Amino acid sequence: MSSTLKHSGSEKVMATVTGRPNTYLEAYGELIAERLERDPVWLRQLREDAWTRFHAKGFPTTHDEDWRFTNLAAMAKISFQRPVKGSVSVSSGEIESFRVPAAACQLVFVNGHFAPALSEMGSLPKGLEICSLESAIDCGMVGAAPEGCASDGIEQHLGRYADVRRDVFTALNSALWEDGAYVRIRRGANISQPIHLLYVSAGSGAEIMTHPRTLIVAEPTSHAAVIEDYVSLGSEVAFSNAVTELVAGQDAVVSHYLVERENLAAFNVSTLRLEQARGANVSSHSILLGGGLVRNNVHPVLSGDGAECLINGLFVGAGTQHLDNYMLVEHAQPQCGSRQFYNGILDGSARGVFHGRIVVHKDAQKTDAKQTNRNLLLSDNARIDTKPQLEIYADDVKCTHGATIGQIEEEQLFYLRSRGIDEISARNTLLYAFAAECLDRMHEPAAREFAEGLIRERLTELARNRNTVVPSAPATEEGEEVQRWEEVR
Amino acid sequence: MALLEIQDLHASVDGHEILKGVNLTVNAGEVHSIMGPNGSGKSTLAAVLARRETYEVTGGRVLLDGKDLLEMKPEEAACEGVFLAFQYPVEIPGIGNAYFLRSALNAIRKYRGEDELDAMDFLPVYKEHMKLLEMDEKLMNRSVNEGFSGGEKKRNEILQMAVLQPKLAILDETDSGLDIDALRIVAQGVNAMRSPDRGFLVITHYQRLLDYIATDFVHVLVDGKIVRSGGPELALELEDTGYGSAEANAAAALQA
Repeated sequence: MSSTLKHSGSEKVMATVTGRPNTYLEAYGELIAERLERDPVWLRQLREDAWTRFHAKGFPTTHDEDWRFTNLAAMAKISFQRPVKGSVSVSSGEIESFRVPAAACQLVFVNGHFAPALSEMGSLPKGLEICSLESAIDCGMVGAAPEGCASDGIEQHLGRYADVRRDVFTALNSALWEDGAYVRIRRGANISQPIHLLYVSAGSGAEIMTHPRTLIVAEPTSHAAVIEDYVSLGSEVAFSNAVTELVAGQDAVVSHYLVERENLAAFNVSTLRLEQARGANVSSHSILLGGGLVRNNVHPVLSGDGAECLINGLFVGAGTQHLDNYMLVEHAQPQCGSRQFYNGILDGSARGVFHGRIVVHKDAQKTDAKQTNRNLLLSDNARIDTKPQLEIYADDVKCTHGATIGQIEEEQLFYLRSRGIDEISARNTLLYAFAAECLDRMHEPAAREFAEGLIRERLTELARNRNTVVPSAPATEEGEEVQRWEEVR
Repeated sequence: MALLEIQDLHASVDGHEILKGVNLTVNAGEVHSIMGPNGSGKSTLAAVLARRETYEVTGGRVLLDGKDLLEMKPEEAACEGVFLAFQYPVEIPGIGNAYFLRSALNAIRKYRGEDELDAMDFLPVYKEHMKLLEMDEKLMNRSVNEGFSGGEKKRNEILQMAVLQPKLAILDETDSGLDIDALRIVAQGVNAMRSPDRGFLVITHYQRLLDYIATDFVHVLVDGKIVRSGGPELALELEDTGYGSAEANAAAALQA
């Protein structure tokens, strides 16, 4: 265990590299004009504050400690456009293969806009309210809620947790979001099948940006699982900057699954902000398989006694994929537990980042926080930067962290092959075994099965792509604590 | 035609020659034991026959049922009927023991053009063999060899051999590290598999294993070469005199 104290309050000044600020300014101007009549005052205020924040700060550079390993220069240069609503038509057949079998319902968004014709609402289980966030806001203004949707509760929660001052991408999303999902699980409701939110980016000839916004309110003692899923049609460049706020009431049990399986040209930044009341049990599962440059922020705040959270993730990269995972676990109240487990598999020249930050506030005595990051590097050019950061302001806590970096072991591969299993299958089996730890932490059968299918498919590609022979005498680091940690002052 | 024919086999690791011209013929139905001091090349011979790629064959040839074994990948050798019981069985976290063995069996069946077995067909056979080897059924769903005791690992090797039914079974120091009970159980497992269609190559450092497994031939490997061959009585002689005499004989033979 190690801990350091961080002197808060002094914020780092970062250089502005917005590159083409006009793109965003134009988008903001257009949106504000469009929504002038439809946004309530509190929302207009939220957008304005967020915009001011983004405009002042711009995108971070690698001089910013939180972005040290991820260079956004290439993204900042692109003039992303707001998608024109309804300008791209997507047929149900095109997204059929992306659906989650056995989902309770599926909301589909195309280039950031809700697509009712593609969505499958079915007959919603009792206690589940779900609709597009834009329609909830709109009907809140005119006073008539669409079926299955209740607009009350939005003002109470939206923008309350995802802090525009903390992160410029949250600020950008809060200023520019157009649509997303609003999910409310009523007190005591038990939604046994997963809720699927499918965000599709479909090529339209321009470089599109979307800022999906999701609000999930799980009332006390409710239980549900939500899958937030990012996919592409075609191979065009797109930028998705999502923010999801998930509020778990007292003793609620909620699982959130993030699936990133966009094309390799995609820029994807997603921020999941979890707010946990007393005794709430929340799991975040991130499955990063696609995307060119991906930043996955997960930020739980354990703000009620005895809350528990599991932060589970698997990132699989090949080629030149860059997959950055930034965890910030805040223990704000006593007797809470948090577990972080992230496994990475990197091939080709892929690069992974795991930044696991744990903040234990002054009052959060008896905190039990654990963090583990395991990585498998399949090529000499693959790279992982793994970094824990513990900030502990309470004196009676248990915090542990560890990371390993290893390779596929030649011995294991030979053992499998000596029993008749061919090399590709043997390699695939070993990759899957490494990934399966993450699957074993998923407790909703339908969601787990869905994740398993995606992971198997991706790992089979990786196993096949390998032509090179594994080094005969691997430098086995697996199981050792790798001393690459950096303490933060 | 012999089951296994090794002719003037040379092999090296990292440029060091370990096998310096091994000649050996094993017919179906026979049990051959290879004894020798540490470092004489016994395990290298086993690994080369199982086609481990870290060992480089620098000369000679090996025929399995008349086919060139040295042209085969490890999985092809396995599918053609070679089985190596590892001296140090490998732990594979995350892969279930029964699942692994069924995958292996199905890979071999597929190679032979036979139908694959589903879990319903497979498990009864698997459990039956487990029982014969006095293995705890709990090991079935545990990860391969992970957290197994030394004896459990060796029994797991014999279990795999029993299920995969190889033509040529190579036991690499299967007796090392076993207590007498485990040794007896492992030997029973091997004895139960003796058949006119199958050959065994039993590599051991001690004569002890041969108290339990009746061997037809004993070969002494010293410094990468077989220096003496004989019947089971040779093992007893070595137990009395040690490998020193065999080495001295070998040295004498070289000088002569």
